[in-house]
Amino acid sequence: MTGATEIAPDAACFLPRVGLQELISQLTGDGFSVIGPKIDQGAIVYDEINSVDELPRGWTDRQEPGQYRLERRDDDAYFGYVVGPHSWKRYLFPPLATVATADRTDDGWTLSTPAEPTPRYAFLGVRACEIAAMKIQDRVFTGGAYVDPIYQRRREAAFIVAVNCTMAAPTCFCTSMNTGPKCESGFDLALTELADGFVIEAGSDSGRELLARLPVTSVTDEQLGRADDARQQAVDQIQRSLDTDGIRDLLLGNLEHPQWEDVAKRCLSCTNCTMVCPTCFCSTVTEVSDLTGDHVERQRQWDSCFNIDFSYMNGGIVRDDVRSRFRQWLTHKLASWHDQFDSSGCVGCGRCITWCPPGIDLTEEVAAIRKNPGATGSVAVGTGTAPEGSA
Amino acid sequence: MSNVIQPAPKNVRPRPRLAVFKFASCDGCQLSLLDCEDELLAIAGAVDIAYFLEATSRIEPGPYDVALVEGSITTPHDAARIQDVRRQSKYLITIGACATAGGIQSLKNWADHEEFMRCVYAHPEFISTLATSTPIANHVAVDFELRGCPIDRHQLVEVIAALVHGRQPRTPRHSVCLDCKRRGTVCVEVAQGIPCLGPITHTGCGAICPSYDRGCYGCFGPAAQPNCDSLTDHYSATGSSREQLVPLLRNFNAAAPEFQAASDRLEQPS
Repeated sequence: MTGATEIAPDAACFLPRVGLQELISQLTGDGFSVIGPKIDQGAIVYDEINSVDELPRGWTDRQEPGQYRLERRDDDAYFGYVVGPHSWKRYLFPPLATVATADRTDDGWTLSTPAEPTPRYAFLGVRACEIAAMKIQDRVFTGGAYVDPIYQRRREAAFIVAVNCTMAAPTCFCTSMNTGPKCESGFDLALTELADGFVIEAGSDSGRELLARLPVTSVTDEQLGRADDARQQAVDQIQRSLDTDGIRDLLLGNLEHPQWEDVAKRCLSCTNCTMVCPTCFCSTVTEVSDLTGDHVERQRQWDSCFNIDFSYMNGGIVRDDVRSRFRQWLTHKLASWHDQFDSSGCVGCGRCITWCPPGIDLTEEVAAIRKNPGATGSVAVGTGTAPEGSA
Repeated sequence: MSNVIQPAPKNVRPRPRLAVFKFASCDGCQLSLLDCEDELLAIAGAVDIAYFLEATSRIEPGPYDVALVEGSITTPHDAARIQDVRRQSKYLITIGACATAGGIQSLKNWADHEEFMRCVYAHPEFISTLATSTPIANHVAVDFELRGCPIDRHQLVEVIAALVHGRQPRTPRHSVCLDCKRRGTVCVEVAQGIPCLGPITHTGCGAICPSYDRGCYGCFGPAAQPNCDSLTDHYSATGSSREQLVPLLRNFNAAAPEFQAASDRLEQPS
């Protein structure tokens, strides 16, 4: 579906508000498990939904560095929020997976790979920055010689219903990263929410096939105009920016900048930024045996470069203080990611800013280095001391 | 995919002789061992339980391959007894917050213990106690520490399995936050403003409290390299009072060095 043949978006249609349930029902009827926005634990999370009644109708999120609150809207919008604590990566790159098992028999060890039935997810409410994040993880997990089969199977089976943002949070900066707020590609269907319904367009064959089964009407110029205005509102609301001009050389040329010491005083090294990031992909693999030692499972779990033991290698810890761990994260995300995957690792969703308890803002950290580059014995680029790529 | 590789001999290591000792504690961590209901028979088959008064009055003399030690040192008698336990044990493993950090009873370290005795006992002259509650590692060499109030029984089974198979136990030392994120729990601090010790607390419990809309209260003690100052500065700046934060840190792991320094810092006149 997505990721296969990219088709230019078709002419848009109009889906009346009551048609949204039909979209969910059709996806469910096609055998998809529909994952969409839902209010839980004081936030809008991504979870399984079966009905429009489970959507966060009339709710929004207010975000700032280190803080997230749900608030009532003065309308009944279904998608009148930005992005929350979850990202779709937990469905494509599950937090815990058993990648192999070993059983001791009288003849020796029997190794096997668990045959997981591939879940077929339909993601409802995917934002432009999140599509960009999926494209980045596509390169990470399936772009090289070693393809991650768990990610690949789930990704190929997924159906993407994108939703264009009509508002932005103070933490958003997708316009700096050229990832949004409008969904340009990488979806099966894309919606723009209006008060009386949705402007809907297909971006793939399977999207077009499903669109034909929905109670849509032709769209009017007036409706298209209102959709443009709604999307423009998101653009206009974006206040935050990240100057990406020469950012790779800026960061790699300032590995000894005093700003790293400054941020280390605030950083908890708690891993929250990497866990909420829709592109962070690191994991740890451990072998877990039962008491008899006859059954062993090789388990893969989400891990983070902020964990001390993440950089344990052959008898020692490579990054044994907060300063070096934060620097590793930021320089990988914004600089050496370009060398490794030909793009930035940041999509400008702002999750790492919101969900950092003390509210560390990567855009401010970069700005502080840019304001006073070369401070305190920086290491020149190209001396062979470029920071490590990630695992 | 399935294939067979070289045959391996069955495990022929002798069963380790296990002893469980109690010092100043509530017995909850020992009970965690008895609570391993599904694994209990397997444990009893894998180790030779030689001394475990909570479970059986049958006592076999030392030396022991493994001693699990619960509780902190609060009396002169216990200070001497732990030396004997150490001498009799090849591996000494502390289980729980009392043995590893002094426990809730270490609150007396900030108070006058003689005043406590006068308040509690009709005849304090019969009581022999130390001025402090201290972890086992302050008295003897400890080979491994298992955190928690109480310990997590899955971690205990992991440690026993590691002993039986002669490998290192796998008990990670990162923050609780990672566990919340893995299980999909929304951050209670960021989304609800609840002061939570998760960012500075050692993993092990599975991040239970935040999944019930409560802040972590640090029962597994400090994570590795915790940035307690940044977290308490942040909570102070966002409306938490010193009267809230000091008891949050002075709990089951009050005397853990990092938590102790952080709570003492909060009490310094600003």
